[in-house]
Amino acid sequence: MRVAEAWRVALEALRANRLRSMLTMLGVVIGVAAVVALVAIGTGTKNQIENQVEGLGSNLLIVVPGRLEAGAAPTSSPLTLDDVEAVNRIVGDRSRVAVTISSGEAVRAGSRTGFASMQGVLETTPTVFVRRLDRGAYLTRTDVSTGRRVVVLGAGVARDLFGDRDPIGRQITIGGVRFRVVGTFEQLGQSLGVDRDGEVHVPVTAAQRLLGTERIDGLAIRAPDRERIGELSAAVVAALTDRHPDTDFSAVTQEQILGVLGDILGVLTGVLAAIAGISLLVGGVGVSNIMLVSVRERTKEIGLRKAVGARPRDIGVQFLLEAVLLTTTGGILGMLLGGTTALLVDRFTPVPAALTWWSMALAFGVSAAVGIVFGVVPAQRAGRLDPVVALRTE
Amino acid sequence: MTAAIVADNVSRTYQLDGVSVDALRGVSLTVETGDYVAIVGTSGSGKSTLMHLLGGLDRPTGGTLLIGGRDVARLTPDEMAELRNTTIGFVFQSFHLLARTTAQDNVGLPLVYRGVGRRERRERAAAMLDRVGLGHRVTHRPNQMSGGEQQRVAIARALVTGPSVLLADEPTGNLDSATGQSVLALLETLNADGVAVVLVTHDREVAARAHRQIRMKDGLIA
Repeated sequence: MRVAEAWRVALEALRANRLRSMLTMLGVVIGVAAVVALVAIGTGTKNQIENQVEGLGSNLLIVVPGRLEAGAAPTSSPLTLDDVEAVNRIVGDRSRVAVTISSGEAVRAGSRTGFASMQGVLETTPTVFVRRLDRGAYLTRTDVSTGRRVVVLGAGVARDLFGDRDPIGRQITIGGVRFRVVGTFEQLGQSLGVDRDGEVHVPVTAAQRLLGTERIDGLAIRAPDRERIGELSAAVVAALTDRHPDTDFSAVTQEQILGVLGDILGVLTGVLAAIAGISLLVGGVGVSNIMLVSVRERTKEIGLRKAVGARPRDIGVQFLLEAVLLTTTGGILGMLLGGTTALLVDRFTPVPAALTWWSMALAFGVSAAVGIVFGVVPAQRAGRLDPVVALRTE
Repeated sequence: MTAAIVADNVSRTYQLDGVSVDALRGVSLTVETGDYVAIVGTSGSGKSTLMHLLGGLDRPTGGTLLIGGRDVARLTPDEMAELRNTTIGFVFQSFHLLARTTAQDNVGLPLVYRGVGRRERRERAAAMLDRVGLGHRVTHRPNQMSGGEQQRVAIARALVTGPSVLLADEPTGNLDSATGQSVLALLETLNADGVAVVLVTHDREVAARAHRQIRMKDGLIA
C-alpha cells in the first residue's frame, strides 16, 4: 500500500469519529502546549537575568572579602580606601575602579519620607558600571575627595520624595544628615531581584562619615579587555591578601555569575519541561486507549481488508499512522496554543517568556514519537487479527 | 491447463478452550478453471471452513492445498495476502462494504494493496461497476443503495483484480428472491466469461443452478 493512500485512510478514519478524535487529541494538545509554554517561560527568565548581568557593564571583575561558596560565613570587610589606592596602582587607571559601601537609610525631603539603599561610591561608578543619568550630573572627584554631602537619586526615590518636581539643587536628609541633590538616574527597574531605582549614590567618604567607618564593602574593576580579566583578578587578589593576610578575597567575573545562574535556570527549565512532559505522556496513554477501542470497533473492516489482500503490515501501518496523525495534529495545535500562551504571558504579565525553536521542534518530535510508541500495540493487534475471526464478527 | 484450486485430503482442526474440534476431516476436491461449483450442507457441516481454506484466509492443519498452483503450507502471511489479492475474489452474505466509502472506492480497495494509484483505481473500478450494471452508481455510498446493488458492488470488488476464482458465501442470503436471482444471473454471466465460481449455500434451488454440487456433512464430502 502506498504511503499517501495510508495517510488518506487514516485521515478518513479520524474524520469519521470527529468528536472522539478531538478529545483524544486534546490530551496531546495540552501536553505539548504545557511543554512549549513552560520552556518559553524558563528560557525567558534565563534571558532576562543574563541580560541584567550583562547590563551591569562589560568585562567586570567584582572583588569582595570572603569565600564565594555555599555555606561560607559572611566576612566583615577589612578593605579601606588605602586598599583601593593599591588596586589603582595595579590596574593603572583609577577610572576603571569602583567601590561601594552600602546601607539602608531613611530619607526625607520636607514632609515626604522614604527608604533608600545608600551607596557610598567613587565618581568612577558610571564608567565602570552602566548607569545613565536622567537629570543633573554625577558625583565628581572633588565631591569624593572632600566628602561633600551631595547625592544622586534613583528614579524611585526621586519620585517618592519629589513627585513630578525637579529635585536638582534641593535638600534631602539621609539618616538624618542633609545632602544636596545633584542628579537623578534613569529608571532601571528590578535587576536580579533588587530594586535598582531605590538606590541613592553619595561620595564614599561622606557615606563613611555618616556610618562612622573607614571600611568599604567591596570593589569592582572594569578590565580593559576580556583576556586580561584572569591576570588582573589574580594580581588584585594577591595584593589584597598581602595587605590583609587574615582574610580571603574572592574575585568573580560576569561569566562566572552567568555560568552559575545559567546552570540553575537550565535545571529549572528542565524540571518544568519534565513536569509538562508527564501530561504529554498521559495524553499518549489516552491515544493508545482510543486506538485499542478503534481496532475492536473496526474488526470487520480489518477482516475485509485482509480478505481482499491487505498484508498484516498494511493494516498495522494504517493504525499506526492514525495514532501518529492524532498526536502530530495535537502536537501542532499544542505548539500554537503553547506559543500563543507564551506570547500573551510575555506581553501581559511581568513573567518573561521567549519561544525557542528547539522546544517547538522537541515538542513536535515527542508528540510524533508518542504516537508511534502508543500506537504500536494497537497497530500490532490489528495487523495480527485472524481474518476468519474478524469477518465472522458482527 | 492447471486447476484453479486443488485440495487433497485437507483437514482443519480448531483448538477451542483446549478441546480439539475437527471442522474438516479429509476433504479432496478440485476447482477447474471456469468451473461453477456449489458447496452445500447444513450449518456446522464444515462448508464455511472449507471456503475459508479455498480462499486462502486460513490454512489446513493436514493434507495439501494448492491455490493457483501454489502450496499454501509454504507461503508466508504476506504471500497469502498476495494470493487473496490476485487469485481469489470474495463475495460475502453481508456484503462487507466500507460504509463511508463510495461504490467506486469500495471496488478499488483491493487495488490499494497492489500499489495501484488512485486515478487508475477509480478508472478500473468504474469500468467494473459498469460491467455489473452499476455504471450509474459510481459515487453512491452503500447506505444509498439497495441490497442487490450493494452485492453487485461487492462482486465488482471481487473481480477488480482479475481473479481466477470467485468465492461466494451465501451471496443471496440477505436478498429477496427476485434480487437474488439477478445476482445469481450476474455470477453466471461472469462464469461464462471464464471466472470459476464457488458458491457456498444451503439453498437447494441456488445450488441446483451450478454445474456440479459438493455436499458437506460432518466435515466430509458426503
